[in-house]
Amino acid sequence: MSSNPLPTGVTPVKSTGLHVGEIAPGVKKVDPIIIADGVTRKFGGLTAVNVEHLEIPRNAITALIGPNGAGKTTLFNLLTGFDKPDTGSWTFDGKNMKGVAAYQAAKLGQVRTFQLTKALGLLTVMENMKLGAKNQVGERIFPSLFPGFWRKQEATNEVKALDLLKKFKLDTKQTDFAASLSGGQRKLLEMARALMSDPKLVMLDEPMAGVNPALTQSLLEHILNLKQEGMTVLFVEHDMHMVRHIADWVVVMAMGEVVAEGPPDEVMRNQKVIDAYLGSHQDVDLGVVTGRVKGKMDPEAKKMAEEVEHLDQAINASEKGDN
Amino acid sequence: MDILGMLSNTASWIISPTTIAYAIAAVGLSVHFGYAGLLNFGMAGFMALGAYGYAISILSFGWPWWAGILVGAGASVIFAVLLGIPTLRLRADYLAIVTIAAAEILRLLFTTMLFDEWTNSADGLGGYHDSFRAANPIPPGEYGFGPWMYNEKDWWVRIFGFVLLAIAVLIVWSLMRSPWGRVLRGIREDEDAVRALGKNVFAYKMQALIIGGVFGAMAGVVFALPSAVVPGSYVTSLTFFIWTIVLLGGAATVFGPVVGSVIFWVIMAALDNIIPALADAGILPITNIQAGVLRYIFVGVALMLIVIYRPQGIFGNKKELTFVK
Repeated sequence: MSSNPLPTGVTPVKSTGLHVGEIAPGVKKVDPIIIADGVTRKFGGLTAVNVEHLEIPRNAITALIGPNGAGKTTLFNLLTGFDKPDTGSWTFDGKNMKGVAAYQAAKLGQVRTFQLTKALGLLTVMENMKLGAKNQVGERIFPSLFPGFWRKQEATNEVKALDLLKKFKLDTKQTDFAASLSGGQRKLLEMARALMSDPKLVMLDEPMAGVNPALTQSLLEHILNLKQEGMTVLFVEHDMHMVRHIADWVVVMAMGEVVAEGPPDEVMRNQKVIDAYLGSHQDVDLGVVTGRVKGKMDPEAKKMAEEVEHLDQAINASEKGDN
Repeated sequence: MDILGMLSNTASWIISPTTIAYAIAAVGLSVHFGYAGLLNFGMAGFMALGAYGYAISILSFGWPWWAGILVGAGASVIFAVLLGIPTLRLRADYLAIVTIAAAEILRLLFTTMLFDEWTNSADGLGGYHDSFRAANPIPPGEYGFGPWMYNEKDWWVRIFGFVLLAIAVLIVWSLMRSPWGRVLRGIREDEDAVRALGKNVFAYKMQALIIGGVFGAMAGVVFALPSAVVPGSYVTSLTFFIWTIVLLGGAATVFGPVVGSVIFWVIMAALDNIIPALADAGILPITNIQAGVLRYIFVGVALMLIVIYRPQGIFGNKKELTFVK
């Protein structure tokens, strides 16, 4: 783990030496925050998650990647108590989490965001933020009747919320209903709200989906900052540039299983990962292949163009057959 | 047509015990539906528990009136917990189905001969007024002016009802400006998001169900105070009148249900006076009996119009409350 000050968004400081022994799916970590064993979840006949052993390193940024339907979000739901596994157990920060309800998991310092943003639209931005704070006296029913019990804490929370909102550039929106924010701003709000609880582990489900490039840059900085502040980040993401850029460790899932893990550059060279997820043509510019963009056709692009041509002909032939 | 008599008749409904009782129940329902997003269609059941709890405590056990009120409140708490345990974990629509069924079960249990000894089955209960009237601090006599001339007994019922209503409104106002109310409104929006922030959503929903339910029971007590407890009162249409009132006034507002109740009953009373008069005068081609039913048709139409054109009610903020998604 590096103790260098964080460069502002340019080159993130990667944490290295997170694992013990040879890198393989389920490798031991030096200091894991989550240890999962034999976690399975079936939906009818479909095994959505089947994780033999998985450890998430503490105070590092771990990316969870994999094709659609690989079980990433289901695993997220299981780890956060939003869903119950059929078998298996896991610990968070040394505590056995089996049967722990979602709200209790959050209280223990494990907060999450959702793939479909859940900003509470008809609450104001500030109310959203204050809702994130933990251990509020005023949230208990009897003290809530008497402002004397909670006014001071409320003021403290407001200062903290404003501070976070400034960081996320939402401070000018604090009295607006969250519903009036753009999709990207809602993602920011959801993340800021999660941070109100001073979590140990922040779990982000596709934080970049639907966020414009400029905002992506600031979101990346925020995520890197979390590590700097001593938190652990686990996120699901499809954007490989982002994964390569900020993740210290990458876990790849396919068909519910962990098929590979390791530091980003190593994982992305892994043949299994390429087959299951990245695809063999990941570096080919589709614009060039389709002829919409002028560019150099390298051998790989040519090969892909030929494949496409072949498929096209097959489709045309079958359509003629139908008529 | 006796227009002055009709006006006076209508105006008296502004502070009638029925209006006050419906207002208290509507405040309770606004906690359920407006703030917590709970689709409770069993308000009549909560009111029946309040009324029967009060009457049975006095008639069968000889307890004082205030103990009867406490029994009614306690019964509604138990009812809320029993309803909530199986349903609050499910989607909102299931709560609607279960509450409407549970309220009917309660009413039928009160009507059945099985508990005749305590409930007097279909005939209902009456004659439990002595204890409450003995506590009346108002000296005998006629008080008031214009359409609002009542004797000391009638005023005592109204004042007591107003006090209960004021307490209910004050509690709702205090709760909803607090962080507790913020959590509740968050749950109305998206309970998973609130859960992810470490709040015990089930406990909050249960608390809301209990608070609104106790208000419902108090409404039942006020409803029963001046007259009698008749099982036929606690039918589903009672629940729907309260829904109309809540939607009319504004579900997520503190005073909306109160004003909604006054408007509702004044309009009902006015129609009750005007339609038969019009029928008598031969302006409407209907009989007197048909005229009595016609106003309920108007209630149905009004409810539809509110839901379609002004879902936030009279006092509601259009932005803040449309119907719970």
